[in-house]
Amino acid sequence: MATTSQPTSLPRRAAVIGGNRIPFARANGSYAHASNQDMLTAALEGLVARHGLAGEQVGEVAAGAVLKHSRDFNLTREAVLGSSLSAHTPAYDVQQACGTGLEAAILVANKVALGQVDCGIAGGTDTASDAPIAVSEGLRETLLQLNRAKTSGQRAKALAGLRPSHVVPEIPRNVEPRTGLSMGEHMAQTAKRWGITREAQDELAAASHRNLAAAWESGFFDDLVTPFLGVTRDENLRPDSSVEKLAKLKPVFGRGEGATMTAGNSTPLTDGASVVLLGTDEWAAERGLPVLAHVVDAQTAAVDYVTGDEGLLMAPAYALPRLLERQGMTLQDFDLVEIHEAFASTVLATLAAWEDEEFCRERLGLAKPVGSLDRSRLNVHGSSLAAGHPFAATGGRIVASLSKMLSEKGPGARGLVSVCAAGGQGVMAILEAA
Amino acid sequence: MAGYASFVNTAVGKKLAAQLGLPRPVRLRRYAVDAPLVDGAVLVGGHGGTPLLDRVRAVLADEAVTAVGEVAEGQRVSAVVADLTAVESPEDLESLRALVGPALRSLAPSGRVVVLGRPPREAATPAQAAARRALEGVTRSIGKELRAGATANLVLVSDGADSGVDSTLRFLLSGRSAYVDAQVVEVTGGEAAAPADWRRPLDGKVAVVTGAARGIGAAIADVLARDGATLVCVDVPAAGEALARTANRVGGTALQLDVTVPDAGERILEHARARHGGLDIVVHNAGITRDRLLANTDEQRWASVVEVNLLSVLRMNEALLADGGLRDGGRVVVVSSMSGIAGNRGQSNYAASKAGLIGLVQALRDDQGLRRRRITVNAVAPGFIETEMTSRIPFATREVGRLMNSLSQGGLPVDVAETIAWLAQDASAGVNGNVVRVCGQSLLGA
Repeated sequence: MATTSQPTSLPRRAAVIGGNRIPFARANGSYAHASNQDMLTAALEGLVARHGLAGEQVGEVAAGAVLKHSRDFNLTREAVLGSSLSAHTPAYDVQQACGTGLEAAILVANKVALGQVDCGIAGGTDTASDAPIAVSEGLRETLLQLNRAKTSGQRAKALAGLRPSHVVPEIPRNVEPRTGLSMGEHMAQTAKRWGITREAQDELAAASHRNLAAAWESGFFDDLVTPFLGVTRDENLRPDSSVEKLAKLKPVFGRGEGATMTAGNSTPLTDGASVVLLGTDEWAAERGLPVLAHVVDAQTAAVDYVTGDEGLLMAPAYALPRLLERQGMTLQDFDLVEIHEAFASTVLATLAAWEDEEFCRERLGLAKPVGSLDRSRLNVHGSSLAAGHPFAATGGRIVASLSKMLSEKGPGARGLVSVCAAGGQGVMAILEAA
Repeated sequence: MAGYASFVNTAVGKKLAAQLGLPRPVRLRRYAVDAPLVDGAVLVGGHGGTPLLDRVRAVLADEAVTAVGEVAEGQRVSAVVADLTAVESPEDLESLRALVGPALRSLAPSGRVVVLGRPPREAATPAQAAARRALEGVTRSIGKELRAGATANLVLVSDGADSGVDSTLRFLLSGRSAYVDAQVVEVTGGEAAAPADWRRPLDGKVAVVTGAARGIGAAIADVLARDGATLVCVDVPAAGEALARTANRVGGTALQLDVTVPDAGERILEHARARHGGLDIVVHNAGITRDRLLANTDEQRWASVVEVNLLSVLRMNEALLADGGLRDGGRVVVVSSMSGIAGNRGQSNYAASKAGLIGLVQALRDDQGLRRRRITVNAVAPGFIETEMTSRIPFATREVGRLMNSLSQGGLPVDVAETIAWLAQDASAGVNGNVVRVCGQSLLGA
């Protein structure tokens, strides 16, 4: 395992100064006609307004989308040009499936830490409503052939290759290309492997809704969210959700008696965007902007889910020990832990794995288990099950919210962010209250 | 302009209105940074020693405007400034008639009549008090007589406060006061400092505007920023999208905050201090309507309007006006309403709240602590202003609302904003405890 075993001693640590997102909407709901660029621009505009950055040149903006149109090859730069930021602000796109938002934040934080920029914005956007639809592979090949044709004979020949089946377009599906299984089906296998019960999943889902509703009620999001297209709260939020109500839903992933995953304890398809403002302490101080937290460290990991060696969404379980070793910490040292709720069972399987002696020894190479997590520190203001999960926007949502929560806890409080991603990947980061 | 006002400015409309003797609203002269103070020469005169005319001439000279003592045959004047501060008795009012009367025919469109007097309550004799009070009656009548966008206003300058009149004179002569008509502005003491640049009189100031997402609030933010202020734009979290647009347009910051939360004042102060180093100007503009006849107004409708429009302002002021709150020389402007002066059928809750704000302003006028810190508190009371809100009023009612004033048209949000920006200037230190209507001399509550 190629890990650095020394605590990182970078010249400076990047500060999380603030964040902004638009309320998340259910797919084909209020943002059905908004594009990724519209949503990312809106998220940027709210951030610019909150922090008084109109006309300012920011070091860089890094953001991305998972479901992306080919026309959006320069999505983030286009969003910047449509925003109130100075046109001299460079931007680039990032894509690491559901890890995109957090990975973008790590990239910008690292540049800040290295002194390459003194401030930057990281974010992500995704729309499951305005999804790209591609022409079928057969039609695409025919059209390219036609384009290459020089004579009418060649053109006729190319067109003769058209088949009725070519007309059916390809719609992006939430499926792993190498296994043909949906993410939910993959997760169902992992849930079964770890014996995650339906009850435990429904409890986690109900808590997510309850916690997020309480956070909205208390005004926690007043300086983290800017309304968009008339939506002022996360559309997926069900404040009256309960274990009893969730128990009535039929399983949608897995088969037979062991099927425990429902639409209630899995995240729905969602539209939304989020951004985070990062920079040096000095840059923030010059503008009178309070620093919420610092980015302490980050780690990514990947697993071999293709051969069935490990579950698709289990990579964060592997990332954690590397982080803990480098920082000389234990899981129990964190005041707050944010584990992205791709599915309730993802969170529960990860926690179970860390408690399992055999797994920790055999898979993570640890002498003793990572141990259990005090659940009162987990996703205390709700997570993706309640808020929804516009893939690339989830990282930014968590980083901004966790930074504010840590800042409210007081200097030195530490928090962990964990986001699993398609392709058997996981992204983690540690934040510390300023 | 919209509705009747735009029709009457078409070729057919003009002819029809002239034949039928209908009102003919004109496009009002409004302020632009590069526009002259007034378009042409200004007639100045008055009674007796005319102690204020030297200041008037100096202001005009500073703006490269010619001051004339009489109107030549066939000549037009852009304004008349009449200094009646030296009147002793009603006989002296003849000076006003002789100067202003004949000049009215020569007044250019969107012209100005500015009458200067002294407060009746400071008069030495009953005769002098009568003469001084008479100026108000004359000025208001001139306002009703004037046509083509011209206005008439009276400025009452206290003894010893002459040096504080410049900002008010400039405001009333300029296009900034387009929709301010037949008002009485009092200039009392106060150290009025002229700005380095009259085109950026709010340079270096930090201003907060509540209800800044749209309508009049957004216009206030625009105008204060244009005049040089750094803006903190406040509105409820649900209005955040429009608020962000305002904040980014004016290069300020957006603070999503419900003004009714108990610590709203503290949070505004904290934001202004942390981001901009302090706070100089507060514009209490946030307000709601929950219209119903009083007979049909339930407790909730009553309470919500009083809470947002009045109680929240009182509460925020506790923090904003406390020592260590607003900086010395600070300015507070509350947005009242014509409804608060005249009352309005179906708006008893709104009228109560807006009248309450006037009571608040008048009480703070005599606050010794604020005086020591040179903080002024004033109110503007908009009449019919063209906003999203008034565009939803049924057509007939809306047209009546628009036409029932001396300028025969509704005002624009910018007209309210300009008035607030004038009150917010350092140079307006002598204008305190005033309620200035922005109503085109509405027939209501006049």
